[in-house]
Amino acid sequence: MEQLTWTGSFGAFLNPLLLAALVIFLLGFVANTILALAGLRAGDMEVNADGTLVFKRTPVDYALMTMKYAVLLFLACCVVFVLGGIFQPDIQAKGILGAMAARLVPVWIALIVIFAVSVTFKRKLGLYGKLFDSPIGMAGFGLVMFWIFAAVFSGLIATHGALDVISGLRNDLPGTPLPNPAEGQYPYYLLGGDNLGRDVFSRVVFGAADVLQIAPVATLFAFMVGITLGLPAGYFSGSAFEMRSPGFYITCALAGLAAVIGAISGGLSVGLWTLVAAAVAIGLFLTVKLDTILTFIANLALAFPVILLFFLLVTPEIVAAGVPQYMSMVLFLFPIIFLVVLFNSRFHTQPMTRNILVAAAAIVGFTAYFSLISNRSDADAPIRFWPEALDFFDIPGNLLIVFVAVVFVNSPTVFRIVRGIVLDVKTRDYVAAAQTRGEGPWYIMLWEILPNARGPLIVDFCLRIGYTTILLGTLGFFGLGVSPESPDWGSTINEGRRLLTVYPHPALPPALALMSLVLGLNLLADGLREESLRD
Amino acid sequence: MGMFILRRTGVMILTALCLTFVVFFLTNLFPNLEKLAKTQGNARMSDAEVVSWLDRNGYGGPLVVRYGEWLGVVPGWTRTNDDTGAVTGRCIDFGMDAEDAPTRCGLLQGDLGFSTVSDDEVGNIIGGRLILTGKLMFWAFALMVPAALLVGVLAGMREGSRLDRSLSTFSIASTATPEYVSGVIFIVVFASTTAGISGTLTEWGWLGSEGWLGDRRTLFLGSARSAMEDGITFWNFFLPVFTIALYGMGYIARMTRASMAEVMTAQYIRTARLKGVSFRNIVLKHALRNALIAPFTVIMLQFPWLLTGVVIVETLFNYNGFGWTMVQAASNNDIELLLACSIVAVFVVLVTQLISDIGYVFLNPRIRIA
Repeated sequence: MEQLTWTGSFGAFLNPLLLAALVIFLLGFVANTILALAGLRAGDMEVNADGTLVFKRTPVDYALMTMKYAVLLFLACCVVFVLGGIFQPDIQAKGILGAMAARLVPVWIALIVIFAVSVTFKRKLGLYGKLFDSPIGMAGFGLVMFWIFAAVFSGLIATHGALDVISGLRNDLPGTPLPNPAEGQYPYYLLGGDNLGRDVFSRVVFGAADVLQIAPVATLFAFMVGITLGLPAGYFSGSAFEMRSPGFYITCALAGLAAVIGAISGGLSVGLWTLVAAAVAIGLFLTVKLDTILTFIANLALAFPVILLFFLLVTPEIVAAGVPQYMSMVLFLFPIIFLVVLFNSRFHTQPMTRNILVAAAAIVGFTAYFSLISNRSDADAPIRFWPEALDFFDIPGNLLIVFVAVVFVNSPTVFRIVRGIVLDVKTRDYVAAAQTRGEGPWYIMLWEILPNARGPLIVDFCLRIGYTTILLGTLGFFGLGVSPESPDWGSTINEGRRLLTVYPHPALPPALALMSLVLGLNLLADGLREESLRD
Repeated sequence: MGMFILRRTGVMILTALCLTFVVFFLTNLFPNLEKLAKTQGNARMSDAEVVSWLDRNGYGGPLVVRYGEWLGVVPGWTRTNDDTGAVTGRCIDFGMDAEDAPTRCGLLQGDLGFSTVSDDEVGNIIGGRLILTGKLMFWAFALMVPAALLVGVLAGMREGSRLDRSLSTFSIASTATPEYVSGVIFIVVFASTTAGISGTLTEWGWLGSEGWLGDRRTLFLGSARSAMEDGITFWNFFLPVFTIALYGMGYIARMTRASMAEVMTAQYIRTARLKGVSFRNIVLKHALRNALIAPFTVIMLQFPWLLTGVVIVETLFNYNGFGWTMVQAASNNDIELLLACSIVAVFVVLVTQLISDIGYVFLNPRIRIA
C-alpha cells in the first residue's frame, strides 16, 4: 500500500482553490488596511432629499466583501473535504484529511443534531438559546462540543489503541500504511507514529477523553470550595463567630479532639502544642473578621507561584508522605458542606423533606468522601480506617494529587470572585426584603444571592475549565501528569518535543487540539458574557 | 499614605513568612530527607542509619527550629563527632575553625546554604541564573507591554467596531495558547529544517549555505543555548521571547480594552467631542492617561504568571536560567536550592503586588488614603 496524501483525490482541484482563497483573503486584508490608513471609511446610509435611503459602497466595502467571500470559499472547500472523506469509498481517494473526517462521522452527526435542535428552539432555552444569536458564541460552542463528542465517542473514532505499539512505525510520517495489517485492523497511521510507534491520531482522541474527564470535574470542585467560603466571607461583616455560639462550641470540640489525637499519636508535647495553636486560632476567630482571615489565606494561596506549587506537590516523595490524602480530606469536605447547607436552608420550614434530603446528601456524600480518602487495601496509605466493604472506589495517588493540585490552585480565585459579587449583591433591595422577612443568613446567601450571581459565575466557569486544561497540560509537559504513558495532551507534547525539529508531527496535533479546546471555551465564555450583559 | 505602605509591607512580610514555612515544610518532609540521605550517603542505608545520618547533618530536631536556623534567627546547629572530636555545623564551612564561624547563618545573614547536587554555594548559582532570566524577562516585557497596550487601545477606542472585534478575537486566541503550545508551533514553523516556513525556504534554496542568512539553515533558532554563551541575537532569542510575550499579551490587551472602552463613554470625552476636538487628540490627550491606570496593575500582576511562562520556555528552549534551575532542583531533590528558588519566586510575587497596590493609589487621583 502507498503512503496517503493529505488531501486525496479532491486535492487536485481543491488545493489550488484553497490557496486562492487564502491569497485573496490576504490581498483583501492588505487593501483594507491601506484604505483604512488612507482615511477611507466603510459606506453608510445616506438620506436623500425625498426621504429615500441610499447605501453608497466605498472601496473599503468592496475589500471587505472580497474578504468575506474568500472565507466562504475556504469553508466550502473544507466542507467538500469532509463530505468527500465520508462518501468516497476508497481510502486512497479520501486522503488523510478525508479519512479523519470519515472517522469523525459520529461527531459530525451529533454536532448537526445538537445545532439543529438548539437553533430551532433557541427562544425557549434561556441564556443557552441566546448563545445562538452570537456568531462568536456559536463558534466557541461548536469547538467545545466537537471535543466533548470526540471524547464521548473516542472508542468509535480511534483507529488504534492508545498504547498499541507497532515498532516499525516509529516517528513515521502521517499517512503511513501499516507494514502487515491484521484482519480488521485499520491499515494506516493517519497522523503518523510517535517515538514509540503509537498512533498519534488515536492518542489525541483518547487524550480528549482524559482531559475532559478531569478538567470540568476539578473546576466544579474548585467552585464548590470557592462558593462555600466566598459567600460567608462576603456576607458576614462581623467576627468569624461570637462567644458561646454553635460555631464556637463546634470549633472548641474539634480543637480538643485534634489535641487528644495529637497527644496519643505524637506524645504529650505535640498535644500541648496543638492545644496552644487551637487556642490562638479560636482567639483570632473571635476577634478578627472572618473576611479578613479567609482573604488572607486566599491571598497566601494566590501568592504561591503555581509552577512551584506543582513541583512541590506532584513529586513521588510528597505522595509517599500522604500530603494529597490530607489535602483531599480538607478540599472534598466542602462539596458535602455545600449540599447539606443548601438543602437545610431551603427546606427548613418543611422538617420532613429537609431531614430526608439532608440525610441523603450526608450519607451519599460521606460514603463517597471516605471511599475516596481512605484506602484500606494499600498498606502505605495514611488514612485507612474505612471498612473495605463500604470502600466503593479508590483513586490512584497520582491522579488524586493532580486533581487536588488543580482544585487548590483554582479555588482561591473563585473565592475572590464570589466574595466580590456578594459584597455587591448584598446591598440590593431583595436581600434587605429577605432579611426583613426573617430569613436565615444561609438561606439568603444560597437562595437569594447565589442565583443572582449566576451570570458572571457561569462565564467564569467556562473560562476556568480552559485554564484548568492549560494547567493539566503544564503538569503533563513537565512529566508530572497522571502517568507517563497517559495519552493526555500535555504528556504527549512533552514526549514529542524532544525530537521536535526533526519530527514535528507527534507534538503538533495534541498542541493544536489543546489550543482549539481552550480557544473554544474562551469564545464560549465571551459569547455568554455578551449575551448575558444584553439582558 | 505612609501608614498604608507600612501596613501593606507588614502583611507582605507575614505572607512571606507563612509561604516560606510551607515550602520549608514540604521540602523537608521525611521521604524527601530519606531520599537525600540515601543519595548523599549510601543507597542501602537502614532506617536507623538514615535517622542517624540526618541527625549528624543537622536535619534532626523539630521543624520549627530548623526553619529558624534557615531564616537565621536561631543559632546554627553544631555537632561534635564523638570519635574524632571534630566539630561540624551549619555555619562551619570546610577548613574553617569552629571558633571563627558565626553563630547564625541563614537567609537574614545572606547565607542560602549549599546545593548538594551542584556542589556550590546556592547564592553563587542563583545569582548567575537570575541575570539570565532577567534578560529574558526584560525582552519579553519590552515586546509584550507596548504591543498589548497598542492592541488594547486600538480595540477599545471604538467599541464594537470591526477593528475592535478582530483585535479582541486575536487577544482571546493569544490567551488560549499556553507557552508550551505556542512554543512547539513556533519551533515547528520557524526553526525546523524539515517542516514549516524554514523547511520550505530551505527547499527553495533561499535558506542554507547560499541563502539570505549566510550559513543559517532556519529563520530562527529553536534553542536559546547559544544566547547564554555567545550573547543575545535576534536570531537565537526571538522565539523564546515571543513565546512568553504572546501568552501574557492577550490578557493585558483585554484589560486595556475594557478600561479604554469605559473611559471613552465618560462625560468628559463627550464634552471634548462636542467642543470639536479631533478624535486623534481625544484618544491621545484625554482618554489615554486615564485608560492606562488599570492596565498598570494588571501588568504588575503579570509577573507571577510570567514566572510559570519562564519555567516552561526555559525548559523548552534549553535556556539555563532561573526557571530551568528550579525544575532541576525539584527533580533532583536539591532542597536548599529549591528553597532559595522559592524565596525568589515568592519575593517577586509579593513585591509586584505591593508595587501594584501603591502604584494604583499614586496614579489614580480618585483614591485617597489618609
